[in-house]
Amino acid sequence: MNNGVNGVALGVFIFFFLAVTVMGFLAARWRKAENEQSLDEWGLGGRSFGTWITWFLLGGDLYTAYTFVAVPAAIYAAGAAGFFAVPYTILVYPLIFTFLPRLWSVSHRHGYVTTSDFVRGRFGSKGLSLAVAVTGILATMPYIALQLVGIQAVLDVMGVGGSANSNWFVKDLPLLIAFGVLAAYTYSSGLRAPALIAFVKDALIYIVIAVAIIYIPTKLGGFDEIFSKAAGKYTAAGAGGLVPAEATQWTYATLALGSALALFMYPHSITATLSSKSRDVIRRNTTILPLYSLMLGLLALLGFMAIAAGVKVTNGQLAIPQLFETMFPSWFAGVAFAAIGIGALVPAAIMSIAAANLFTRNIYKDFIKPDATPEQETKVSKLVSLLVKVGALVFVLTMDKTVAINFQLLGGIWILQTFPALVGGLFTRWFHRWALLAGWAVGMVYGTVAAYGVASPTNPGQKHFGGSNAAIPGIGQIGYIGLTSFVLNVLVTVVLTFVLKALKAPEGVDETKPQDYTADAGDPGVQVELPPATAGASH
Amino acid sequence: MSEVPEVRPPVVTPVRVIIAVCLLAPFVAMLWVGSYAKTDPALGGIPFFYWYQMLWVLISTALTMTAYKLWQRDQRARAAQKGGASE
Repeated sequence: MNNGVNGVALGVFIFFFLAVTVMGFLAARWRKAENEQSLDEWGLGGRSFGTWITWFLLGGDLYTAYTFVAVPAAIYAAGAAGFFAVPYTILVYPLIFTFLPRLWSVSHRHGYVTTSDFVRGRFGSKGLSLAVAVTGILATMPYIALQLVGIQAVLDVMGVGGSANSNWFVKDLPLLIAFGVLAAYTYSSGLRAPALIAFVKDALIYIVIAVAIIYIPTKLGGFDEIFSKAAGKYTAAGAGGLVPAEATQWTYATLALGSALALFMYPHSITATLSSKSRDVIRRNTTILPLYSLMLGLLALLGFMAIAAGVKVTNGQLAIPQLFETMFPSWFAGVAFAAIGIGALVPAAIMSIAAANLFTRNIYKDFIKPDATPEQETKVSKLVSLLVKVGALVFVLTMDKTVAINFQLLGGIWILQTFPALVGGLFTRWFHRWALLAGWAVGMVYGTVAAYGVASPTNPGQKHFGGSNAAIPGIGQIGYIGLTSFVLNVLVTVVLTFVLKALKAPEGVDETKPQDYTADAGDPGVQVELPPATAGASH
Repeated sequence: MSEVPEVRPPVVTPVRVIIAVCLLAPFVAMLWVGSYAKTDPALGGIPFFYWYQMLWVLISTALTMTAYKLWQRDQRARAAQKGGASE
């Protein structure tokens, strides 16, 4: 598939890449505050972002390059089953509407930077907080690796690096450069860098999707033609289809629900949330974020267009970059590739910051150096954000891509197991901390064991971790393992809470008060360290 | 806790029920996959399964927005009532 380097496309790609690099470094000066050496500044952008910045930041964070590559790739391979991403993102917003404002309020009242901070404060349990932190870091690492896989796919189609070259150094050089730049400006600018770059990323993505969804169907003879060709391909392949068969509807629904529950358990989603300046910014965002879901739906349709356009790739990840290269003039293909490439940088930066904050606050400060100053915390966080990214890079370069994908699926199952402690804790103190820890452990073990038993449907050589769906015990239908583990987790937690309460096991100290959960900016005791709002702040 | 119980508005009010329905409706609609797992009627060549779910993006947005507005009004009314009661 590699027919040399596409010079024009590469030129456009490099232009945009350089532009965001400059922005990334300049971001350090954007809305700069006095106390720059605190973790609030580096890791949460001073908790100062208004509605629109938060919208771009969350959008840039949740809808990653990998999403852009993987969702249409799933449609390309299996049809309707890949579309579950749309109901998944529909369900996310009513869900977070209920609990995210409470998390924002209590975090501002007590200066929490991570979800584990909250869990420790609420349940007075370092063990539970450690469990949440470790789960978060484990789930985030492969996610960062997948962002690099997304950049690799684009570079590959442009003819630089990737499979075209046999020399390992030349092959990986472009990725190493992209990575080095990302690491450098995240280190120097913190969360401000991805927040600023997110504007460019989303503008590019929206332009590309709008053009693609109008231009490509006219070249392919309309949607009728596209869908009939796609249906033909699924029938011929004997797999997939335009609508999910009855037997797979449980899978579709459980995947959508489980993924929706899991999304805001990820550290990077919470980092972007806590960087907003008021409780209302969050609620308002749940009403405007669905715009991205619409875009995701349109993007998913590109998978059908790739089939209709006769794109033939063995690696599904390359289907969409290849479609762009085939259908668009070179310069616009370059814009599209830049959109995906930059789309990888924003979430990778936020994810590494989020994982670093978890390590610093809940492992370093809680267990290694309890008297760490804010300067030391920031320093450790910066270093860990580098380490996390290097880890992801090593992962991508040394292991097969499917390993990263399988780990990410596993990460989704794992992260969902922190839901009872976090969301449960936001609404009630009824759950016992040890019961939550036991429920978490049961969910983690069950999820991992069940996923271990899933063989890959496409690769006969892969007997383990081949997917995230398995038979639901007692129901018999095939469903998302994450959701099954979650239900098991909740059951164990509830039963053990009754037992532990009967035994009068020590409950731990709750440092929060009921009114902390509804506090808003301006209330007494809510820290307002925001610099005067300037560009982008709404109202 | 020991304040006069008459001034405290009930926890469940019609407005709050509407808010709950707005937030729950997308779950019912989207998790009931059987209700939309079909190709007809197509819209501009796009099978029902796809355009229906994308339509729900807009519907759920409208519902969440309604819930947001109602909740805001509910909170303001309660704050006003509380302020009035204490004075």
